[in-house]
Amino acid sequence: MSLIAVDPIEMGAPQVDGEPLSYLNDGHGLRSWLLTKDHKRIAILYLITVSTFFVIGGIFALLVRINLLSPNGVFDADTYNRLFTAHGIVMVFFFLVPAVPAILGNFLLPIMIGAKDLAFPKINLLSWYMYMLGATFGLIAIIAGGVDTGWTFYTPYSTSYSNSNVLLAGIGIFIVGFSSILTGLNFIVTTHTMRAPGMTWFRLPLFVWGQYATALVIMLATPVLAITVSLMALERIAHVGIFDPAMGGDPVLFQHMFWFYSHPAVYIMVLPAMGVVSELIANMSRKNVFGYKFVAMSSLAIAVFGFLVWGHHLFVSTQSVYLGLIFSFLSYAVAIPSAIKVFNWTATLYKGSISYDTPMLYGLGFIGLFLIGGMTGLYVAALGIDVHVTDTYFVIAHFHYVMVGGSLMGFLGGMHLWWGKMTGRQYPEYWARAAMVIQFVGFNLTFFPQFILGYLGMPRRYAAYPPEFQVLHVLSTAGASILGIGMLITIVYFIWSLKNGKRAPANPWGASGLEWRTSSPPPTENFYETPIVTWEAYEFAPIESMQVLGYPGDSSRSTQPVPKEHGTED
Amino acid sequence: MMLGKFILGMSWMLPEQASTYAPEVDNLYLFLVGTTIFFTVLISAAILYFFVKFRRRSESEVPRPVAGSMVLETAWTVIPFFISIGMFAWGAKIYLDQYTIPNDAQDIYVVAKQWMWKFQHPEGQREINELHIPVGKKIRFVMATEDVIHSFYIPAFRIKEDVVPGPNRYSTVWAEATMTGTFHIFCAEYCGTSHSGMIGWVTVMDDKDYQAWLSGGAAQGSMAERGANLFQQFGCITCHKSDGSGQCPKLEGKYGTMETLQGGEKVLIDDSYIRESILSPLAKIVAGYQPIMPSFQGQASEEQLQMLIAYIKSIGPAAAAAPGAGGGSSKISPPGMNPAAQRPPIMSTGGASMIAPVGQPAQPVQAPPQSQK
Repeated sequence: MSLIAVDPIEMGAPQVDGEPLSYLNDGHGLRSWLLTKDHKRIAILYLITVSTFFVIGGIFALLVRINLLSPNGVFDADTYNRLFTAHGIVMVFFFLVPAVPAILGNFLLPIMIGAKDLAFPKINLLSWYMYMLGATFGLIAIIAGGVDTGWTFYTPYSTSYSNSNVLLAGIGIFIVGFSSILTGLNFIVTTHTMRAPGMTWFRLPLFVWGQYATALVIMLATPVLAITVSLMALERIAHVGIFDPAMGGDPVLFQHMFWFYSHPAVYIMVLPAMGVVSELIANMSRKNVFGYKFVAMSSLAIAVFGFLVWGHHLFVSTQSVYLGLIFSFLSYAVAIPSAIKVFNWTATLYKGSISYDTPMLYGLGFIGLFLIGGMTGLYVAALGIDVHVTDTYFVIAHFHYVMVGGSLMGFLGGMHLWWGKMTGRQYPEYWARAAMVIQFVGFNLTFFPQFILGYLGMPRRYAAYPPEFQVLHVLSTAGASILGIGMLITIVYFIWSLKNGKRAPANPWGASGLEWRTSSPPPTENFYETPIVTWEAYEFAPIESMQVLGYPGDSSRSTQPVPKEHGTED
Repeated sequence: MMLGKFILGMSWMLPEQASTYAPEVDNLYLFLVGTTIFFTVLISAAILYFFVKFRRRSESEVPRPVAGSMVLETAWTVIPFFISIGMFAWGAKIYLDQYTIPNDAQDIYVVAKQWMWKFQHPEGQREINELHIPVGKKIRFVMATEDVIHSFYIPAFRIKEDVVPGPNRYSTVWAEATMTGTFHIFCAEYCGTSHSGMIGWVTVMDDKDYQAWLSGGAAQGSMAERGANLFQQFGCITCHKSDGSGQCPKLEGKYGTMETLQGGEKVLIDDSYIRESILSPLAKIVAGYQPIMPSFQGQASEEQLQMLIAYIKSIGPAAAAAPGAGGGSSKISPPGMNPAAQRPPIMSTGGASMIAPVGQPAQPVQAPPQSQK
């Protein structure tokens, strides 16, 4: 597997306790981590905390599925309402939104553009602390009795009727929003100002394009979430009539404001994962991404169109029929750039050198599941069908195919592709492939029956349900158990590999991209010397010519990789 | 017909088609199922073929780059775009059908509250979590909520509409049942603890059974009759005089017509406008009248509002033109014929309230909260 068996130590890299000097051993002790300004260490902090929330959200998901084994429910209705709310809040705000940008983006974006760090390292650390603060509020809200509004907080239920910890959860979401905003700001400024010499915009890896488009959405949409949550709190505490008609407000206004953030938030969750998938497909088939500019521009198109479709959540909310027509049309428009991506990824495989290693399996798994998630988006965008399926399990299945099948598959694929780069150790390939297949099967068994349930009329957020739906619910719960086992395997071998995995070479995949031209794990400054980029994105050089950017004192170092059949012109 | 048979055999994936609207929705759905399966198979087959055909043969192989193709990019942009337009147009047509409420629809009045559905028939029958309607008749559901947002959902009819609180609107949706039977009513918008208990049954009956069912109850008279009583109880009649001499517009013959407001704007006098005029009287003042009417927010219950509307509807132009048409209008007792009902309304719990001692013109009460409370 190790194509470039360049042992950093043999190449003269400085050592610490027999390990090559890297960001991981450049400073010891808790303090060196909690006060770090290194984007890579901050990414690891995010990895630990965000993954913890993923596990918590997953446990809530399993409890929700256990309840639905029986038509009468296993838990009482109040408990169940708190369980699905906790699952939604934790997964959306504390896992999916930060997962790819804050972990993989933080770690990779500066390295991929040849920079030493993000533009504002202290702000980057601040964003992690804000995440922690917000997440703590969220966790307290859940532990101290829970929230029973659903993650959507629809008014006037959330402002005037619910007796649960709406405010605490709202504060948590408000603060976590600012964490996202700070990360987005950092990414935009970094991408604009800190690209290495020769790293032109159209030489950027598509991962960077994905992060950049996401950062734009985060910057423009998240403040609206903050405003919405603040107004909700104002009404709940001070009884200022904004959303509750009993106080002169309008409940549908809340829905407009909420979805003005939360629909773009879907793209905050999926665009970075699409960036990851471009890397997975290209690097694991050693092919340049087919239609690079179309894939890059489709990210921006999704970011822009994503702002114009929020009203498709309100087709039955007494919104004007004509608004419904416009939002339906625009929703179809946003489907096109997603389709362009899928076609281009597929075409990238053509005449490639396709590896069967885990990152590729996740890449293809993403395409398969996102295909279903995206195509069922065509159903819910159709006005006539949405009237029937909105607020049913059809919608649940649709957005889980996008969020889990898309974002989570992309995230896990990225974690496998870059695990060696981040930790210095490779994960065990056999177990990883097995886990991926188990997750894929479990996922489909969980969520495919929910499409049928939804079209048959099973409403969402039901603690108990008519008995004719039981068979499909039991299938779904069985699938969730399999999915859970698959996740557990992944978590176990990742942790296991930290001590026992094979030492990762600089470029285990024969991949292209600057991050593969520095050691695994990279030194604190990422590169010992500033790289000068003379090649296009996804140019796969012959393996032997790809070298790690030299270490100080390495006599054989090559300051510039020489790609195949390309000189250094341009 | 083959397709129709096949579709009818799909009960594992389609709920019963019990309304005129259901097959329309299902046809589009099945078209989408077909189209998306086609593309899923196409793309998956391509991926699997490439996955096997172009598998890595040696660890060090580096394939030649493949240049992009403008033709392909254009094709897979334009073709999905046109397919999407088709889906959009088809979906929009169905939606417009659903939200264009036929003029000849019969009304059923619906009140949603945590956690039940209450129904009123114009003839006077009232039901909770059970609804009886005739087959083959267009039914308009006029819906209001007493608390949070609910959503009225009958999967077998493929209809769903949120019932949103607020003084200025009713949610309306319509359906025409095509088969007799009993079908689920669900609340589809999360509304608190017993959201999943807010379910009921709609029983579709043939017309004879429905008429028999109708005649079995309603001891208290039709909605319009009870509305007429309320019209006196609340003192509406003291200002809204039938001869037009009152301080407020007369209401006879007004339902369904256009009215000119102060400022020249025109408004259709429909259920939502009447509701808003009772709960937020100052929002839309009819041209030539003073903003003197007090709000009945908190005094008239949602059901009473619907009765008042049924009454005003019953004295609308349709009733004048064709006595007997419309919900029980022939049974309306003339206003002013029910002295027993002439008493001040029950006090509200606060805010501006309206007191109109019988026989005196109601003055706007800029009232402080009632001391009797």
